[in-house]
Amino acid sequence: MAKVLVKGNEAIAKAAIKAGCQCYFGYPITPQSEIGEYMGRHLPELGRTFITAESELASINMVIGAGTTGTKAMTSSSSCGIALMQEAFSAMCCAEVPGVIISVMRGGPGLGNIAPAQADYFQALKGGGNGDYKLIVLSPSNVQEAIDLTYRAFHLAIKYRNPVMLLADGILGQMMEPAEFKEYPYNDPDVSEWALSGADNRPARNIVSLHMPEGALEELTNRIFEKYELIAKNETTYEDYMLSDAKLVLTAFGTVGRVARAAVKRARENGMKVGLFRPVTLSPFPDRDLHEAAKKADMILDLELNKGQMLLDVRSAVFGACPVEFYGRTGGGLLTPDMIYSKIEELYKTLDSKKEAGVR
Amino acid sequence: METLVYKRPESLLKDGHFTFCPGCGHGVVLRIIAELIDEYNLQKDTIAISSVGCSIFLEKFFNLDVAGASHGRSPCVATGVKRCKPDKFVFTYQGDGDAATIGFNETIHTACRGEHLTTIMINNTNFGMTGGQASATTLAGQVTTTTPAGRNPELTGYPLHAAEIVAKCDGTAYCARVAITDTKNIRKAKEAIRKAFEAQIKGLGYGFVEVLAACPTNWHMPPVEAVKHIGNVIETVHPVGVFKDITAKEQL
Repeated sequence: MAKVLVKGNEAIAKAAIKAGCQCYFGYPITPQSEIGEYMGRHLPELGRTFITAESELASINMVIGAGTTGTKAMTSSSSCGIALMQEAFSAMCCAEVPGVIISVMRGGPGLGNIAPAQADYFQALKGGGNGDYKLIVLSPSNVQEAIDLTYRAFHLAIKYRNPVMLLADGILGQMMEPAEFKEYPYNDPDVSEWALSGADNRPARNIVSLHMPEGALEELTNRIFEKYELIAKNETTYEDYMLSDAKLVLTAFGTVGRVARAAVKRARENGMKVGLFRPVTLSPFPDRDLHEAAKKADMILDLELNKGQMLLDVRSAVFGACPVEFYGRTGGGLLTPDMIYSKIEELYKTLDSKKEAGVR
Repeated sequence: METLVYKRPESLLKDGHFTFCPGCGHGVVLRIIAELIDEYNLQKDTIAISSVGCSIFLEKFFNLDVAGASHGRSPCVATGVKRCKPDKFVFTYQGDGDAATIGFNETIHTACRGEHLTTIMINNTNFGMTGGQASATTLAGQVTTTTPAGRNPELTGYPLHAAEIVAKCDGTAYCARVAITDTKNIRKAKEAIRKAFEAQIKGLGYGFVEVLAACPTNWHMPPVEAVKHIGNVIETVHPVGVFKDITAKEQL
């Protein structure tokens, strides 16, 4: 299939439909409203369900209802709207209900602004929901990857019976570029072993998140965390761009990763050994691979559109293997290739002097 | 010759003993629901949605598929289920703290959308499971743990009349308030829930039945006195009645 010119938000919506999404439940919020608009135009004509819910709370709980029947369903929102869904994410992880959440980040905190940002990394990974739980979080850096990761989000949600978040930002949502809609590439597992369908010639089932008997919740949570280990083993992915001999390794996710890539290219053209480590799965985080890259590098530079959120996971993965610097902007401010290149130049100079001084 | 006049509904688990306080209304209503699901032969097609409060443990009593919902969100979970499985029978079982307080917005919008599902809301005018705090339906003057001097409308507002408001929604097909105070009224309650179920079965829209039920523990009354209190006091504020019924019109 040929490439088409498509806006990020619409690409995600179209990919969801191609992935077999049967239901969309959402509530409008900038900068992702085109997702709901696209779904409102196309789902009914396919005989599928579209509901503009009364709130984000309602949206995600409708996704739960669909998920308990083993049906592919999604919602989408942004920052302050995603904040309202946190209780349900926790419940979904506990009750093992699949569902896809598209989070198109805008400026925060508070109502913030409608400029692109990445300040909801903590919200996606460290959660505002209660208890021990983890979302699977995927981070696209361009429109093509947004399409491919939307497919993957639906597959992983059903495969592992866990909510999956596609963590995009306002740049990606609002940006148009050529992309290709391949056929959905995954074989999804059968849901009939667990989905609710009525107790017809089988014992009654329940999908609930309250587990009162002594020890029951600990046993359940331990089992679910074993599942997270399996997900980390099977599904962790990242982009390696010129890492093999890199002395300075940039870490960045989403659209910042793409901008950083341009700066790395320019640095290489000017003889600097710089590489990019871009996590594609933020949860599970590619910590072992990043640690290996850090062991070969002299320095890590973490780049984010926030005050340093993925930075905590980067430091944890690097675990002292080399120094970690941070450069970021917040509140809707952007990082350009020039800004990143200047920072690379500034830090790269210090690498040689540090080496001469024996500093690591 | 022996005639069977009483049996345990198939839709209740054989070992699912009710764990409610003496005199509580939940057991009566759960049994009514189970009887009706048996009568309509819906057991194999039913997905029940539980809520938060004393209404939570449906899977311990019902021999039915059950999905759990967070506080106030069962109508949303039910909407998701029903839209995916329109041939299934879907109902929510909630209390006044759940359906009329934290989740009233969800209740209203589910009614306005005319979702083909049924809500049974137990109204005992307080948050029972957490120990008897005032809810949205608490009567003026009612003593609760959070209104120890009685609910003062000037400070804490007036009781919310759920059934009257739900009845005003265009998508509501059947809406009633009943009271399970004696055998006659329990039979009336069953007929109301039957109509609400039929509204769903016939695809007419949303069915909502508010059931006035006793909470002797938190009302600090013996069970018999608590049941009398419903008729003598609560019904003067939350009157029983059918507030909307388009099922009758459809039959003409």
